Amino acid sequence: MTENRHQKLGLSDEEVLDMYRTMLLARRIDERMWLLNRSGKIPFVISCQGQEAAQVGASYALDREQDYVAPYYRDMGVVLSFGMTAKDLMLSGFAKAEDPNSGGRQMPGHFGQKSNRIITGSSPVTTQVPHAVGFALAAKMEKKNFVSLVTLGEGSSNQGDFHEGLNFAGVHKLPVIVMVENNKYAISVPLEKQLACEKVSDRAIGYGMPGYTVDGNDPLAVYEAVKGAADRARNGEGPTLIETVSYRLTPHSSDDDDRTYREREEVEEAKKKDALVTFKAYLQEVGVLTEDKDKELEDEMKSLINEATDYAEQAPYAEAESALKYVYAEDE
Amino acid sequence: MPVMSYIQAVTQALHEEMERDEKVFVLGEDVGKRGGVFRATDGLYDKFGEARVIDTPLAESAIAGVGIGAAMYGMRPVAEMQFADFIMPAVNQIISEAAKTRYRSNNDWNVPMTIRAPYGGGVHGALYHSQSVESVFANQPGLKIVMPSTPYDVKGLLKAAIRDDDPVLFFEHKRAYRLIKGEVPEDDYTLPIGKADVKREGSDITVITYGLCVHFALQAAEKLAEEGIDAHILDLRTVYPLDQEAIIEAAKKTGKVLLITEDNKEGSIIGEVSAIVSENCLFDLDAPVKRLAGPDVPSMPYSPPMEKYFMMNPDKVEKAMRDLAEF
Repeated sequence: MTENRHQKLGLSDEEVLDMYRTMLLARRIDERMWLLNRSGKIPFVISCQGQEAAQVGASYALDREQDYVAPYYRDMGVVLSFGMTAKDLMLSGFAKAEDPNSGGRQMPGHFGQKSNRIITGSSPVTTQVPHAVGFALAAKMEKKNFVSLVTLGEGSSNQGDFHEGLNFAGVHKLPVIVMVENNKYAISVPLEKQLACEKVSDRAIGYGMPGYTVDGNDPLAVYEAVKGAADRARNGEGPTLIETVSYRLTPHSSDDDDRTYREREEVEEAKKKDALVTFKAYLQEVGVLTEDKDKELEDEMKSLINEATDYAEQAPYAEAESALKYVYAEDE
Repeated sequence: MPVMSYIQAVTQALHEEMERDEKVFVLGEDVGKRGGVFRATDGLYDKFGEARVIDTPLAESAIAGVGIGAAMYGMRPVAEMQFADFIMPAVNQIISEAAKTRYRSNNDWNVPMTIRAPYGGGVHGALYHSQSVESVFANQPGLKIVMPSTPYDVKGLLKAAIRDDDPVLFFEHKRAYRLIKGEVPEDDYTLPIGKADVKREGSDITVITYGLCVHFALQAAEKLAEEGIDAHILDLRTVYPLDQEAIIEAAKKTGKVLLITEDNKEGSIIGEVSAIVSENCLFDLDAPVKRLAGPDVPSMPYSPPMEKYFMMNPDKVEKAMRDLAEF
C-alpha cells in the first residue's frame, strides 16, 4: 500500500491531479513542437522534458495570484502553471503577432507575460537571477507580501550573476527563491566538468542562506521544499537556494545531437525515473488517477494542442515594419 | 538664482526626485553612509534612510541587474557605478537586458532605470579612473546616454532621466564636479533628453562637443572673439540617440565644423556626428569636417606629462578652432 504523501503536505486530490495535468500538458506541447520542427513548420525547439515535475511542483508551492517568476528557457511547466496557455506557447513557436511573450520577436522558450507576473527573459544565461532579486528588493521596500522565484540550469550556476545575485539577496535578506534545475548537462558538458563541489546547493553557505537538494523527478518533494522557502521568505527570513536533480531527456535543443556526447543507455535509464511515469504511478496507487481518467486527460491534451497548433499556424505574423516599434516608450 | 557646483546639482536633483516620488531610490557602492566617494549622494542616507539609499556589495553586475529587476516591477532605481571604468562587469546586464527589455517583450515590460557614473580624465586617475566609455553603449538602441556639461543641465537632465520610462546612462565628468559652477534654479524643472543645446551663437565656425570639452570650447571662443573669429558652439548633451536636426542646423550655419571629444578618436561619438554632417550638409560645407580627440591608445597614463599629452585642454581646442577658421 503506497503512502498518501500529498495529503500530509496539505494538497487535495484535485490539486495533485491538476499538477499532473499541467506536467502532462507541458510534455505533450513540447513533443508536438518537436514534430512541428522536424516537419519543417517551426525553426526551433528547446525542451522542458525531464524537468516538468520540478517546474510544476515549485510553481504550485507559490501564490500564483501574486508571486513573480523569472523562468529560464526550459520552464514551460512554470509558465503554464502561472497562466500561460497552450495557444500562447504555440503562437510563440510559430513566431506570430499574438504571441504574448514577445509578439514573435524572440525564439521560443524566451518567456515573459506581465499580466501573469512572468518576467521577460533573454538568451544570455543567469541574467534573470539579479532581476528576481530586484523584484524581491521591491517587495521588501514596498512592504508587499509577494516572493520571487528564479530558475536556472546547473551550468548557469557558474556565472557571475549567480554569485552576485545570491550574495545581494543574502546580504539584504530578500524574499527570493533560487531554484537550480540540475539536469546533469550544460549542452554537452556533464556535471562533473561544471562543478567542483558535490552539489549546487553546497554553494548556499557562501551566501548565508539555506541550500537544499531534492529529487527533481518528485513534484511533491519539490513542492515541499519550495513551500518551506516561500514561507521563510514571507516571514522575512530571506532567500533559499534549492537544487532539483533530474535529467534532460532530449538533446539541448532542436539544433543539437546528444548522441555525440552521451550514451543511449544513460538516457534510457533516466527515462525509467521520468516523473511523467513515476508520478502517474503514484497517483494511480493512491487512487487519485484511474486508467479512464488518464485516457480522458490525454484526449483533452490532444484536442487542446491540436486546436492551439491550428490556431497558431493560421495566425498572422506581425507587420514587417513593426520591427521598428517599441525601442523606447511611444505614444500609442 | 543660486550658484552651485556640477556635483551639487547632481545631489540636488537626486534629493528632489526622492522627495517627489517614493519609488525613487539610490543603490551603489559607498553611496549610503559615506555619501559616495565623490560625495554625489551626500546627505541622502540621513534624509531618506538605508532602505532607499542602499550600500550594495561590491558587484557591478548585481547593481545593474537588481536595479533592472526593481525597475521592471515599477520602482525608479538610480544606480551609481563608482567610476565609469568599472561599469564593464555590468555591460551584459545593460546591453542584453536593460536596453532590450521593452523591445523583446513587445512593449510588455520596461526598465525605468538611471545609471549614473563619473567619467573622464584630468584628475590623475590613470587608465582605470579616467576613461570615457560612452561609445561602448552608443550603438545600443533602447539605451539613452546623457552627458551634461553645466550644473543647470545636470539638474534638469538628471530629473528627466529618473522620470524617463526607459534606461538612461547618465555620465558625469568627474573633473567638472567641482571645477564647473553655474546658476541653478531652485524650482523643479526638467530638460528634454535627446535635445542638443546651443551654448554660444556664432557665425564663422561650428564646434560640436559635449561634457567638459564644452567649457574648453567656450573659453577658446572668447579668446578667438578678440581675433574676430566668431564660434558657434553646440552641446550635444544627449550623445545617444543623437539630435540630428540640431547637428545639421549647427553645421549648416557656418559651413565649418570642428568635432571634439575627450574619448579616443576612432569609433567615438563624434565619428557618428561627422557621418550625419557629411550625409546632410555636403553643399553647405566650406571645409573638411575636423575631429579633435584623444589618441588611439587604451587610456590616459598616470604620469603627468603623458596624462596632459592625452587630455583635451583649452589650448588644443583653441588651436584647432583657429586652424579651421583660417582654412
